[in-house]
Amino acid sequence: MDLTSISPTLLIASLMVAATPILLAALGELVVEKAGVLNLGVEGMMIMGAAIGFIAAVESSSVWLGFGAAIVGGAVMALLFGVLTQILLSNQVATGLALTLFGLGLASLLGQSYAQMKVDGLARLDFGPLSDLPFFGRVLFGHDPMVYVSLALVAATWAFLRFTRAGLILRAVGESHNAAHALGYHVVRVRLLAIAFGGACAGLGGAYLSLVRVPQWTEGMTAGAGWIALALVVFASWKPERVLLGAYLFGGITVLQLNLQTAGARIPVELLSAAPYLVTILVLVLISRRGRGGGAPADLGRSFHASS
Amino acid sequence: MTALLTIEGLTKAYPGVVANSDVSMQVAEGGVHALLGENGAGKSTLVKAIYGLVRPDAGRMTLGGRSYAPSEPREARAAGVAMVFQHFSLFEALSVAENVGLGMENPPPLRDLARRISEVSRTYGLPLDPGRRVGDLSAGERQRVEIVRCLLQDPRLLIMDEPTSVLTPQEVDTLFSTLRKLSAEGTAILYISHKLEEIRALCDAATILRGGKVVGECDPRTTSAAELAERMVGMTLTQPKGRGPEPDGVLLRVTGLSLPPASQFGTPLRDIGFVLRAGEVLGIGGVAGNGQDELLGALSGERPSAKGTVMLGGTDLSRAGPTLRRQAGLLTAPEERLGHAAAPDMSLTENAAMTGAARKGMLRRGFLDWGRAKLFAQDVIDAFDVRTPGPHVAARALSGGNLQKFVIGREVLQDPKVLVVNQPTWGVDAAAAAAIRQALLDLAAQGAGVIVISQDLEELLQISDRFAALNEGRLGAPVPAQDLTVERIGLMLGGAHDMEVAHV
Repeated sequence: MDLTSISPTLLIASLMVAATPILLAALGELVVEKAGVLNLGVEGMMIMGAAIGFIAAVESSSVWLGFGAAIVGGAVMALLFGVLTQILLSNQVATGLALTLFGLGLASLLGQSYAQMKVDGLARLDFGPLSDLPFFGRVLFGHDPMVYVSLALVAATWAFLRFTRAGLILRAVGESHNAAHALGYHVVRVRLLAIAFGGACAGLGGAYLSLVRVPQWTEGMTAGAGWIALALVVFASWKPERVLLGAYLFGGITVLQLNLQTAGARIPVELLSAAPYLVTILVLVLISRRGRGGGAPADLGRSFHASS
Repeated sequence: MTALLTIEGLTKAYPGVVANSDVSMQVAEGGVHALLGENGAGKSTLVKAIYGLVRPDAGRMTLGGRSYAPSEPREARAAGVAMVFQHFSLFEALSVAENVGLGMENPPPLRDLARRISEVSRTYGLPLDPGRRVGDLSAGERQRVEIVRCLLQDPRLLIMDEPTSVLTPQEVDTLFSTLRKLSAEGTAILYISHKLEEIRALCDAATILRGGKVVGECDPRTTSAAELAERMVGMTLTQPKGRGPEPDGVLLRVTGLSLPPASQFGTPLRDIGFVLRAGEVLGIGGVAGNGQDELLGALSGERPSAKGTVMLGGTDLSRAGPTLRRQAGLLTAPEERLGHAAAPDMSLTENAAMTGAARKGMLRRGFLDWGRAKLFAQDVIDAFDVRTPGPHVAARALSGGNLQKFVIGREVLQDPKVLVVNQPTWGVDAAAAAAIRQALLDLAAQGAGVIVISQDLEELLQISDRFAALNEGRLGAPVPAQDLTVERIGLMLGGAHDMEVAHV
């Protein structure tokens, strides 16, 4: 095994790219769950974002229009879930699972004729001399714009939940929808907005897969990333900064195990492939054990129906 | 005195029930007005209409001479109406300041808000730390959060829905001082309660509701409690009577019972010990959240405790689960009717079988005899006058009082050696409460031991032989009930905590 073939600079740079889809999807789901809704349809919304984003980018020859279409597509999918669970009061777990199955099916139908096509991915941003710095140039200043967008979104979500009144109301709705209703807040409206945001983020994450990371459309290309995003939210104790940590950890080990495989490590490939899942969950479980209570929103997954 | 709020002909109907029918009343400026009535009399619907949570079908309201028809609480708050809710409208995971901010229209930045909370709470003798998490506060402190939230908006009308049900008598005194001070400053108070002595002590006017209609107005300071009760219930109530023989042999002995809290916001049990004799009613009082649910769970077998801590006769039941304890004769009825004492969506027959299967011989080689279960459910319905079409009805469909009679009756009719009940008459109308208390006394008279855990001190004084106070998971030494007064019990419950009288 030749470990010198693994360059730390490239490793860190590519882990950020590998982690971005999961980071985006998990961030959206975090906001949804903070509002007290459990949407298990992340995988379905992601793959729809991947398909719609790719199709739109091919048809319009613009990657940015692709991302825009993926955002809208993901949000529409999410609102379908929102109308069913918040207005028609269907079961959230069953509806979320159905949304995943529906999304997987619809995406492969839509994407059928686009399987062999190519798009021009996003170019790396050029920060001039900054990008030429050794190590930091590549790690901090050598990415495509979406990586920076995702990092900005983490900071914005953190600040929104912590400092703004709207964020406080969103958390209040997730903690106790009955109390929030009694104070005159519109529980269903707040939750629908959160659900739409979650869908938009998942769609964006999916589009990043098909437009930047791969960049190509293949059936079932999310390969469980949506489920990892869901698990990340729980193990990150519903904290945006820990979602970032978890996503980068997962991305890092994914990239590392690929590198180890090419370097010819004497570890079974199956074990290497499972490593990202095991290590991410282990680390986040250890972190969340130290904090108290886990921090799940008290009304997570409960249907709200105004009794009077 | 001029009227601040007038209501004329207010009507609100829900499918199958008219909650308010042609209700008219007036609240004077700076007055303390009582709204009296049994559960289901329509008090809550009426105040929800005033607070904009319910839109009335007909009728009109004026506030300070101007037409007033709030379509949502925000409008009510803007017009100067504030409300302290019966079931707290608080968010446990958020801080005091965040909770207060959520109830305000235009809250200042969090730091200024925290300072104003400290100021107002000190002025009115309701000390609060704005940075603490509400989940860590006691029931009395939580209510302070609600009151301070209202006071910060300088309301003209403050609605209080059953505010004293979770307070110690000393906390009630402090609350009343605060309310009197507010009233002297010109804030009108609409006070909802069914505790008549409180209303007589505090209010200067009263409207009595029954079955959604106004049945009378009176001055509670000059009307006797008995007369108020009769007008509220519409019939004369009899006090439960009948002491059994003197208590004799020890039935249940609890020693050194300690348990860690079951949940993040739970209370631990600390070294609890007492004995219960045959034919005795032991009353256990305490303010909500001081370990009542935990004590019931430890006695019912939901949470096993260390060996030798729970002894029934000569048998050690400490490690036994609920079924074994039931077989041995230790029966329990928890506080929460829907979801703990009964499964809401199952029929009364099924609910009867769930606790009665073993003792009423409904099991045959592991199979349930539904015929016997149905007979047993019917027995309970007949013996306890449960108003329901029959045992096939879902538990959820019964009113609170009827379901409570059913879940208590279900245990009483199983001939328990020891029966433990938690809040047996909480949220139950006066007639049903009297029937339940009588049944518990009759059970003791037949030689069973009864433990009544309750927050209703009048109730405990009425039916217990001995009384013990539960405070932060510790049980005080039981004392004979005939020597006690409500004031003395209040001191036993931990007294005034850190509340103080308004000093401005």
